[in-house]
Amino acid sequence: MSGTMNSSRRNVLRGMMGGAAVSVGLPFLDCFLNTNGTALANGTALPVAFGTFFWGCGLNPGRWEPKTIGTNYDMNIETAALQPFKNRMNVISGMKVFLDGKGARPHFTGEMAILTGDVPREQPNYASLDSIVADTIGTRTRFRSLEVTGTGKPTDSLSRRSASVSNPAEISPAALYTRVFGADFRDPNAADFKPDPRVMVRRSVLSGVTDQREALLKQVGANDRQRLDEYFTAVRQLEQQLDIQLQKPAPLEACSPSAQPTDAELGTEIENVVANHKLFAQILAHAVACDQTHVTNVVFGEATSPLRKAGTAMTHHILTHEEPMDAKLGYQPQATYFMGRIVETLAFYLQTLDSIKEGDGTLLDRSLILAHSETGFAKIHALENIPMFLAGGAGGRIKTGMHVKMDGEPVTRVGLTVQQSLGIPVDSWGTMSLATSKPITELMV
Amino acid sequence: MVMSNSPMRLFGALGFAAAIALTGCGQKDDAPVTKGGPVSLRRLTEPEYRQVIADVFGTTIKVPGRFEPDIRDNGLIAVGTSRESVAGTGLEQYDLTARGIAAQVVDEVHRTTLVPCTPAKATDRDDACAAKFIERTGRLLFRRPLSQGEMATQVKGAGESAAKLGNFYSGLELSVSAMLVSPQFLFRQEAAQPDPDNAGQRRLDGYSKASRLSFFLWDTTPDSELLDAAAKGDLDTDSGIAKQVDRMTHSPRLAAGVRAFFSDMLGFDGFTALAKDPQIYPKYSSQVAADAQEQTLRTLTDLLVTNNGDYRDAFTTRKTYLTRLLGSVYGVPVMTSTGWEPHEYAVDDPRAGILMQVSFLSLHSHPGRSSPTIRGKALREVFLCQKVPDPPGNVNFALVQDTKNPAFHTARARLGAHINQPTCAGCHKIMDPVGLAMENFDSAGGFRSTENDSLIVTAGEIDGMKFDDASGFTKVIHDHPQAPVCLVNRIYSFGTGRAASKDEAEWLNYQVKQFVASGYKVPELMRRIASSKAFYRISTPGTDANNATLSMAGTNTQTEALK
Repeated sequence: MSGTMNSSRRNVLRGMMGGAAVSVGLPFLDCFLNTNGTALANGTALPVAFGTFFWGCGLNPGRWEPKTIGTNYDMNIETAALQPFKNRMNVISGMKVFLDGKGARPHFTGEMAILTGDVPREQPNYASLDSIVADTIGTRTRFRSLEVTGTGKPTDSLSRRSASVSNPAEISPAALYTRVFGADFRDPNAADFKPDPRVMVRRSVLSGVTDQREALLKQVGANDRQRLDEYFTAVRQLEQQLDIQLQKPAPLEACSPSAQPTDAELGTEIENVVANHKLFAQILAHAVACDQTHVTNVVFGEATSPLRKAGTAMTHHILTHEEPMDAKLGYQPQATYFMGRIVETLAFYLQTLDSIKEGDGTLLDRSLILAHSETGFAKIHALENIPMFLAGGAGGRIKTGMHVKMDGEPVTRVGLTVQQSLGIPVDSWGTMSLATSKPITELMV
Repeated sequence: MVMSNSPMRLFGALGFAAAIALTGCGQKDDAPVTKGGPVSLRRLTEPEYRQVIADVFGTTIKVPGRFEPDIRDNGLIAVGTSRESVAGTGLEQYDLTARGIAAQVVDEVHRTTLVPCTPAKATDRDDACAAKFIERTGRLLFRRPLSQGEMATQVKGAGESAAKLGNFYSGLELSVSAMLVSPQFLFRQEAAQPDPDNAGQRRLDGYSKASRLSFFLWDTTPDSELLDAAAKGDLDTDSGIAKQVDRMTHSPRLAAGVRAFFSDMLGFDGFTALAKDPQIYPKYSSQVAADAQEQTLRTLTDLLVTNNGDYRDAFTTRKTYLTRLLGSVYGVPVMTSTGWEPHEYAVDDPRAGILMQVSFLSLHSHPGRSSPTIRGKALREVFLCQKVPDPPGNVNFALVQDTKNPAFHTARARLGAHINQPTCAGCHKIMDPVGLAMENFDSAGGFRSTENDSLIVTAGEIDGMKFDDASGFTKVIHDHPQAPVCLVNRIYSFGTGRAASKDEAEWLNYQVKQFVASGYKVPELMRRIASSKAFYRISTPGTDANNATLSMAGTNTQTEALK
């Protein structure tokens, strides 16, 4: 399949830069790394990477949570695909969203609570967790963060910089590939490097835009000032992208993107969605390995999950509500099928991160992936026992291999744990009853 | 806006309609005085962006790439644009698009027409020639003349780039792409100035008025004549505005404004991510979807603009336009092999009006089946400006039975089971009967008389008005007092980029009366709004002007339980 990432370096370099001035890449030598491969030879640790993996419509209660608590656990039936990673990830069960009388908006409230620490009445009020993290760990890469979604709508991104700005998602693996590894990509392992004069010129013209900032901000009211300021923040990010393209990148052993992938048909048919997510997984993993970004956000599909089998009228979401519970099985088999495909795709993603070797470890070891849904039991829009997982060791910043049962605890404790383990100086997070100053101490190093 | 779970809230707005009375129609602006709205900052929508590029650089320039998605607020993207900003990802896309456009503008094909001078040397900077080009182009892109500082920045940027790259046109190219990513272009930033007629108050400056007018009536950037009028101060007077409004409403380009408004109101942006299951609906394709939108817009502009017809007839008209592809969906022979031909449905045909067209029917359905609930909600929110509350949490949807259940062959039967549950019934009683009236049409808009071998019944009742079938239903909507009220509200919001405030309720009532008296003529309504003082009035900061939004407007709700 043309979309398969091949990690052969020669193959890689062939497809890149449109055949431009890329000479044969020198093999990356371990001397670039320190002795145990966790850091560059100059002592700089390989940076931590953060990712989210979201899917809609939850998992079936009683079928996904491990039966035992603590370190000695096994995955349950619906999470069996994650069993190979059980020692390198954590399962967090029992967590809850508090509404404070605000009224639940099905499939929206849960995702907002987990990612912004807040239950909005209408529109979101705050930046999302990944943006907060990116402002600390993602400021030196070409992309502050990369967002993808599998069911075709760019608006299905949960990543937002503020109340008014969200980061739209890529819907096509081919387009994502071009964006990351297309003409503007500078191969860190290329032998020669020459700054592109056109990039230099663009950089200087762009500063003409920035120069007008003060004058423009003066002309508008407070709300609009904030919006314009967000625009200028975006300009600074674009300038930074150009700056990065003008510098010779440090070599990276694991950086080896393959050729341009071919999309499976875009849409909501499950086989195509899974196929595209497999392509996304590989591009995102290589984007991190090539230091193009430190933050990635995957939305498996819209929260009101539109996944469907070809030729059927019922979507995953409709099934969770309308499919009768199978009396013998005790769950809805057709809806559950989609849950299985989602978990299988998450496992593939983790496997992909783990397949990228960096010294003694893998990319998964220096990553922290928060995988979660927005509801516990989708049939009734339950806002408790929401499935949440933290995968990867975050470069040794978090403990792994545990099932933590947090019955009735606010979902924001996960967000706080993520922030504190990634070195963000914050002592509490969330609003009203979701406010917490307690990370999940069992996981803290 | 705080949401209430009470479906009664829906009908709060009907008080409005009750105020309609057929009074005489004074032409002069004796309308109630409003406090005005804020000076706005609106991000260009994707269709606006595309239209502006076509108008400034010509239709042969391709606009590559994709756009940051727009937000819908109070029923309109036009309102959402007053909240939008640009994220890093979005700017990256704007930058790619801008570079793609700029490269075409200066290529050998286009430079001869778009660059008004020839540089002394093509391999070096020529600031005088660059300045000529930038002054002319920048004025159209920024919707006002460039300031001295802006000119200096652009000319310097173009010159230095040209010198560095050894190519005059590369310098211009960089300048064009810089203008296209600059906030002055991406945002319609209005400016206010002290109002000489009302001490202590402010008014919109002429260029801001020109933009409001032009995007409202023509869906594009102000043309040279309108900018000249702004420069001369003409737009500071009622007569100056009236003159331009007269010119613009009599132009064929008014149709573009009407189309832009209805594409927004009808939510046609939703088609970008709309898919139908190809096995269930083999005839449905992206081309059908594109033709379906165009069919509805043609039906509307033909009725409202070309024939200056009654807006309410949009729900009942038998006249439309078809392509051969649409003909295959509707089961109607179309002679023209390419393009459009007029068509009139027979009197006994179940299709009449825009609600029975593929665009509305397919946009508000599931990928694999129709949804009376989604259609009912859409009709209420889109055409009647009524907000259907979100479904409550922790509801067991097992009550709605599966399609295989032998007791429930049709959607009506399935939803009937639903409606008997008190927690659901309140809202579903509002949505379902409306949607069930359209059940003769499947998710892709095709006709059917049965579902699972049971006859589909389309009789019902909406807001106390009974109907026997789809055709009766369209007549009920035609006569629904809320429909014109909603349209007036939406058109005003579309032009101002904000939801109407409570303070403007009386003024809107006045406009509704005028609209009714005019025979529900949309161009006349747009002319009245564009000529009114309320349309341009700026609230004084610190007063209570930014008061609560008028509660009739439907907001961007989560349509969860409906999906």
